[in-house]
Amino acid sequence: MSELEDLYQEIILDHYRSPRNRAPGLAGEDAHVHHSNPLCGDEMDLRVRIRDGVLDGLAFDGEGCSISQASASAMSVAVLGRPVDDVLELVEQFRLMMHGEAPDRADDLGDGMVFEGVARFPVRVKCALLGWMALRDAVDTFRRGEEANDVTHEGDHE
Amino acid sequence: MTFDVATLRKEFPTLQREVGGRRLVYLDSAATSQTPEVVLAAMERYYRYSRSNVHRGVYRLAEEATDAYEGARTAIARLVGADPRGVVFTKNATEACNLIAYGWVRRQLGPGDALLCTVMEHHANMVPFQHAAQDRGFEMRYVPVTEDGQLDLDAAAQLVADGRVRFAAFTHVSNMLGTINDVPRIAALVRAANPDAIVHVDGTQAVPHLPVDLAALGADSYALTGHKMFGPTGIGALVADPALLERMEPFLTGGDMIRDVTLAGATWNDVPHRFEAGTPPIAEAAGLAAAVTFLEELGTERVRAHEVALGETFLAALRATDGVEVHGPHDMAQRGGAISFSLEGVHPHDVGAVLDDRGVCVRVGHHCCKPLMREMGVNATVRASLHVYNDEDDLEPLLEGLSAARRMFAGSGRA
Repeated sequence: MSELEDLYQEIILDHYRSPRNRAPGLAGEDAHVHHSNPLCGDEMDLRVRIRDGVLDGLAFDGEGCSISQASASAMSVAVLGRPVDDVLELVEQFRLMMHGEAPDRADDLGDGMVFEGVARFPVRVKCALLGWMALRDAVDTFRRGEEANDVTHEGDHE
Repeated sequence: MTFDVATLRKEFPTLQREVGGRRLVYLDSAATSQTPEVVLAAMERYYRYSRSNVHRGVYRLAEEATDAYEGARTAIARLVGADPRGVVFTKNATEACNLIAYGWVRRQLGPGDALLCTVMEHHANMVPFQHAAQDRGFEMRYVPVTEDGQLDLDAAAQLVADGRVRFAAFTHVSNMLGTINDVPRIAALVRAANPDAIVHVDGTQAVPHLPVDLAALGADSYALTGHKMFGPTGIGALVADPALLERMEPFLTGGDMIRDVTLAGATWNDVPHRFEAGTPPIAEAAGLAAAVTFLEELGTERVRAHEVALGETFLAALRATDGVEVHGPHDMAQRGGAISFSLEGVHPHDVGAVLDDRGVCVRVGHHCCKPLMREMGVNATVRASLHVYNDEDDLEPLLEGLSAARRMFAGSGRA
């Protein structure tokens, strides 16, 4: 595989072209976070519904490159229906994977695993992480008893 | 074509490189230009032969170093039609804009005053003045941009009408839209409302690409940078009327910028040395002087003619490409060779990655002009920018890459 094909595997392109759980709203949402990376212009809105400690609903929306959008789509499939503690553990697994560590729970990360190669493209790591960091923040926001949060990520100068 | 581009390219070592087995296609000169051998040689000559500090030593090497450094001042003055006493060396154009912001604006403007800026500015020619406005309590006014990427001069006339604008800062050529602004007309408009207003122009994207004559432009102060005009990084200049510099306080203080120092205080050196504290970028100045000579030998009129011809070819081809939307003026008579565009259904980062795989270097992102991007309703664009070493053979790799990107990301149904 060329470097480019490695970055843009077919599963990633599929999530980009046909995103799962991408919607401008979520019925019965408990928390809504907006994350942006001003340096690449990526924007993400992520909404969660949490029932009895379980991530019961998730919708993301936004504008960004294929890596950020596909990663959020793959994430949504991997985390929906899981207890929120488990969700946070998967977020950490994905984060460490972006820093070059092989995850223990590869099966649970599902399509998230295809982003493993992104770790070799440092400027794209923040793209792949955008949705996951927004999800972690949405859970934290909910746990603080708040309904919304706005976070600006510092990116590398482009 | 006005140049033998193939021969010219041989003078640029980087352009001999291959990336991923393909010829490097460098279309990012608006970010930084490539360096010709003569510039590298001038810098090396200083380090290998004349290395010493400037303005201090009485020995041969120090005289040579001083000549190299001061020679760069003369060269810049000659290039833009200025008095060498008005050329202050800085780290880059950003520092040049900060120098006028700290040396003049912050000391002159206060509550009740206004500063005219524009929506199309690079952050370098906006943020130093915004920052000053926050601290000093004067008002920032912004000239809007029309649909076709021009400054709205009717609106500008309204913005200065009350005579409270004491300083105007605007760009000569937009780094994002490519627009060439009518500097003399804007300067006249500002001065018609307030004859004492200072006109500061960001010439970063102009000096490397077209003839610049400060007197004809009517600018009191003009920022430029070396690294976009074949010179090294780490050196730029604020070129100003020496009389304006005389009225300015220093921004950085320390060695070399003083006339005398006592325990009670210091008095300042003459302009422009008053604004050049500490050991300056000497090798960079030597390189910059060589870059000016390189540009003069090419001839700024011919550089401009080359870019107009090549720009027309690129603009026509891009506009004819499915899914491409070109931003900024369509007529090369009104613009430079920095061409920003969007590709339908593909994010600029992804376009950049696909092009990189083909050895094509473009800039993607917000180009350090976020207010303008917001105004245009885009988060990011792709920018291909031209210089003297680009030719029609750089077009096909770009178009092929755009077509590959569209094939790859097609079907997303998103813009």
